[in-house]
Amino acid sequence: MEQESEAAAPAGAIPVTLKVNGKSYPLRLDPRTTLLDCLRENLNLPGTKKGCDHGQCGACTVHVNGQRVNSCLTFAVMHSADEITTIEGIGQPGHLHPMQAAFVEHDGYQCGYCTSGQIMSAVAVLSEPVGPSDDDVKQAMYGNICRCGAYPNIIAAVQTVRRKA
Amino acid sequence: MQTFQYQQSITVDQAVQAGARSKTAQQFADVRFIAGGTTLVDLMKLDVERPNQVVDINTLPLAKIEPAPGGGLVIGALARNSAVAHHPVVQRDYAVLSEALLSGASPQLRNMATTAGNLLQRTRCPYFRDTAHACNKREPGTGCSAIGGHNRMLAILGTSKDCIASNPSDQNVALTALEATIQVQGTKGGRSIPIQDFYLKPGSTPNRENILEPGDLIVSVTLPAPVPGTQSHYLKLRDRAAYEFALASAAIVIKTNGSRIERARVALGGVGTVPWRSREAEHVLEGQTANAATFRRAADAALKDAQPASENGFKVELAKRCIVRTLTGSTQSA
Repeated sequence: MEQESEAAAPAGAIPVTLKVNGKSYPLRLDPRTTLLDCLRENLNLPGTKKGCDHGQCGACTVHVNGQRVNSCLTFAVMHSADEITTIEGIGQPGHLHPMQAAFVEHDGYQCGYCTSGQIMSAVAVLSEPVGPSDDDVKQAMYGNICRCGAYPNIIAAVQTVRRKA
Repeated sequence: MQTFQYQQSITVDQAVQAGARSKTAQQFADVRFIAGGTTLVDLMKLDVERPNQVVDINTLPLAKIEPAPGGGLVIGALARNSAVAHHPVVQRDYAVLSEALLSGASPQLRNMATTAGNLLQRTRCPYFRDTAHACNKREPGTGCSAIGGHNRMLAILGTSKDCIASNPSDQNVALTALEATIQVQGTKGGRSIPIQDFYLKPGSTPNRENILEPGDLIVSVTLPAPVPGTQSHYLKLRDRAAYEFALASAAIVIKTNGSRIERARVALGGVGTVPWRSREAEHVLEGQTANAATFRRAADAALKDAQPASENGFKVELAKRCIVRTLTGSTQSA
């Protein structure tokens, strides 16, 4: 595997080791590679989605050191010292994170494209200073856009998990 | 995206030396610092920014928020917008700054964006952001596509015949009303710049947005000690209730004694080519009774020299009402 990625690395590639979902990945990357593209293309973790690629939709939301960020607006090579968590690291089939289970229970998605970003944001909200009301949750989640309009069910899912906590 | 050489700076000095190799610190700088990246990566994807060297300053020890010797607050250049907005001292003594930050961008962007990066954020003018269109700010002398084009979101104050691009920031409007100073390390050492003197109006050189020179690295922003009895408030008016830039916004820092206005600072967003300090409004307010008539006179004074473009004339009245509403809100809670 190491040999294969050496041969495929572009000229000017930078060696960087990224820690994603608790696992270390040694890579050689074109510095222009965004964290989003690295996750999807280099690490085969396509759960994080590319919606707008300009930090405006939130579909690419991941956690860096526990903080939610838009992975499309940062270069992968900048994150060698960071702990990155993606949707794949939040839960697995058969071992869903309570937030994932709540999204299923409340039908918090239609096409599903924004959903991993919504869930990553929602999980982060659990440890941020957010008021108790539905309006407070809307305010905390407005960086994640849903073209299908699943918002009411998304709010319900988030509030269910918050009340149980 | 054009390819670039990526390097990390371990010390402020290294960063300054790396930045000093750039031909300019303004539009089309060939060396750029990267911190949060929310403006830079966005513009690099659009080919509006084309550095051939990107210097990562994220490991520099510039993230602290701590009291200034002699009173006030020093906010490190790398303090993230979310950290500043939720800081207890900021919320208690400089509420306008917390409100401004929380009204901007999104939670994800606020976790990435830094104080200094926010100071340097660029216009959202669609012609600046699209290399297919002529733009004097991006390429001097090519013309302004916004004048006579789609300019609804653009400026009515501080414009010139060469550029009407609005400054989209909320943070910087609050910092202007708070009379913040910006600490910069450069090739000739350190200096402190009042925010009033930091930004440049477009004039005939819209590509020059601030007074930074190659090698200059913002290291902190300092807020003066709060004046006891002061209220401060930020109001942002926009097309949506959230996640949208200002059509017009106002930052007010005000102290009343009974119903008399003792001290007022007024800054506007969304309407200026730079974060807009309105001394005109302040002169009307200070010493007067805090009532609707006074507020309206202050608003009229603030917008007296407004020069609307073809699609944004509505901003004149909107900005006035924004000022009146913010003043009303600030003085009611006294």
